[in-house]
Amino acid sequence: MSMVRKNAWVLGLLALLAVLLIVTKLIQPSFGATGLESLARAALPFAFATAGMAIVVIVGGIDLSIASIMAVCGVTAAVLMQSMGAVPAVAITLALGGLMGAINGGLIVVTKVPDIVVTLAMLFVWEGVALLILETPGGTVAPGLRALINGSLIPFLPNALLVIVIAVALVWVPVRRSKLGLSIYAVGSDELAAFRSGVSVGWTKVAAYALAGVLAAMGGLSLIMLTGIGEPVPGPYLLASVAAVVLGGVMLGGGRGGLLGPIIAVFILRIIRTILTLANVDPNVTTIVEGVVMVAVVMLGAVLTYRGRRT
Amino acid sequence: MSRTEPQALLDATGVAKSFGAVRALTDASLHVSPGEVVALMGANGAGKSTFVKIITGALRPDAGTVLIRGKPAQVGSPAQARRSGLVPVYQEPSLIPDLDVADNLRLGDTPVEPFRHWVSELGIEGLRLDHMIADLPLATLRILDLARAIAAEPDVLMLDEMTAALPTDLVEKVLKTVRGQADEGRGVIYISHRFTEIQELCDSATVLRDGRTVGDLKIEAGAEEQVVELMLGAKIDLGKAAARARHVNEGAPRLSARGLAVAPKVTDVSFDLYPGEVLGVVALEGQGQDEVFEVLSGFRKATGGTLEVDGDAVSFNHPSQAIAKGLTFVPGDRAEALMRERSVRENIALPFSARLRDWGPLKGRQERARVAHAIEKLQIDTRAQGEVQRLSGGNQQKVTIGRWLAHGVETLLLFDPTRGIDVRTKRQIYPLVRELAEQGAAVLYYTSELEEVPLACDRAVVIFNGRVVDVVDAADADEQTLMRAAYGLTEAKAAS
Repeated sequence: MSMVRKNAWVLGLLALLAVLLIVTKLIQPSFGATGLESLARAALPFAFATAGMAIVVIVGGIDLSIASIMAVCGVTAAVLMQSMGAVPAVAITLALGGLMGAINGGLIVVTKVPDIVVTLAMLFVWEGVALLILETPGGTVAPGLRALINGSLIPFLPNALLVIVIAVALVWVPVRRSKLGLSIYAVGSDELAAFRSGVSVGWTKVAAYALAGVLAAMGGLSLIMLTGIGEPVPGPYLLASVAAVVLGGVMLGGGRGGLLGPIIAVFILRIIRTILTLANVDPNVTTIVEGVVMVAVVMLGAVLTYRGRRT
Repeated sequence: MSRTEPQALLDATGVAKSFGAVRALTDASLHVSPGEVVALMGANGAGKSTFVKIITGALRPDAGTVLIRGKPAQVGSPAQARRSGLVPVYQEPSLIPDLDVADNLRLGDTPVEPFRHWVSELGIEGLRLDHMIADLPLATLRILDLARAIAAEPDVLMLDEMTAALPTDLVEKVLKTVRGQADEGRGVIYISHRFTEIQELCDSATVLRDGRTVGDLKIEAGAEEQVVELMLGAKIDLGKAAARARHVNEGAPRLSARGLAVAPKVTDVSFDLYPGEVLGVVALEGQGQDEVFEVLSGFRKATGGTLEVDGDAVSFNHPSQAIAKGLTFVPGDRAEALMRERSVRENIALPFSARLRDWGPLKGRQERARVAHAIEKLQIDTRAQGEVQRLSGGNQQKVTIGRWLAHGVETLLLFDPTRGIDVRTKRQIYPLVRELAEQGAAVLYYTSELEEVPLACDRAVVIFNGRVVDVVDAADADEQTLMRAAYGLTEAKAAS
């Protein structure tokens, strides 16, 4: 019972995703393994951005610079791969992402300027850094790396999806089980109580932003894996990730939610877009529908939670 | 005083702390021996909470030393204070609302089995470790906090208003358990407003006044009188109550409360407030006065009792309804009442322009004249009038009260208007309040400083533990009487 209650939001999202997949199949009977693959590939950068955003939102902050960090990491990896192997390039890129996140967090903790202001400023800073590294789209991506997200090793389970699940799990599961994970939730839930419980609030915030940076670096890598080229201008990942975080059941005030919900929410938002495209709906209407779905789901969730509390 | 005893568990000496120009502590000391329960006492503003923060590591002192078991305490943060052997239980629960009990224990490295033992010892049965903190009632949280602290096996346990939110049966268990901890050789610092508990539990009391320790004494029969005297001391004279004709209430009350209740804190508050009268509210912190003012100003609904304004029964759902009935609330926090970036003139004129029907510039020579008169009355340095935030706290508070002089007000609810204000400005505020009453306003005046009551008020109601326990004539009320009443010492007398 408690398991169901604790994971009610995730289960609800899964049910919604299943319904949407069925609707897709009804509209487009030919939708199958290839359709799933392209859906998962398109969702990759969104999923990583969302996972990173979810962690900083859980700690009680927000990272407006996440798409810019992705751009810096993408171009860095694309430039590095011109002169070195894929493995060291990826390692350096992940470390760079973590460092950029840690700088964001460090500035927030040291200056005590609100998260939203610091990361807004850093959005511009990282954007400039990306352009300094690579002025126009270019660089190269190791073919082996690109192949990683193509096809399906297991039928109907796209490799791209496996990459998301494994990469996010590698970062998050050890953290979630350690005291750092608890501290992240504690700081987001009640900073004063966390401080009094002996949590080091500052370090916890820096760590959360660093983790978000690592995930954003993964997002940047996935981006160049998709296109084969480094692109210095940030993509539309900032608002999309905030939307998926909210839809995924993470409270914007912090302290509540997980990473699974937001990642499922990414797929829901992507699939809604697919359905509307398949149904030949005007693209301008598509964004309206996405917005309405978001508000409706969050409102419904709030009503259900309220009812649940009262009974 | 036995400062040099080698076996002292906690020894704080000469602790001082200033916030800007305000000296919160000048020379505070506290000494706890093994097996001793020490009550830390002081009137509001004596510096108690600052002292507690320094001892527990939430603040760094400017001067003085805090020794735990003879070693300098590593007080940079609560975590460090805990490691050096001092574990506090704060007034508000310090558990994380969005985590379950088990995760909260893990966060503070609390061993689970001792925790469970103390929870059931303290009278909470059937606690599951997977309960979310947010779903648990306040009283349970206090007990969990205490059990967590005891399970950490501290040298010194510090309890701040531990019993404030607890029902009586739990209070008894808490007192018994805490006594048991002391008998095992631990030291306990016990902060409470409740004399009966202190007499039952504590061995000695340390009294703070105006930022310094003014006495250590044994708790024995008759100690309460001594403690009250020490807490009051010889104070800075706030000025004589201006000789004034005693106000006589006549006609119908403007505001009449009968059996007002706000669950869970306020149980029975009744009073009548007449036009032209300043009615004081005397209460220690957290006795339910906050809730009463919130109900009167429409911020929250009462859970019981009735409220009448000019004879009509009212029940406010929104502050605008209270305002429509002529009830004006001046919050204790000035930042809530003023537009800090705007001028004194604009702030005084605000209630005029807030009337929906008169948009546009101020109308009428008369209104302008009244604003000018109010500014003159406030005696505020004109150079600082450009932006309210450049005024001192005291002058800001004069603006929040004085602006009602310009507008006329039917009922004014003042919540601790002189908190943190210097003596000189305080003396200017009392005549402002008196003048408002003379204009015919009914004023309800809560103050955390008892010596103000005879200066500003006609009568005063005393609230203790959510109930009105006494109504006194302010003009003859000396501070000792008020203090005794506020500490619930006359409760038995009032009940009989």
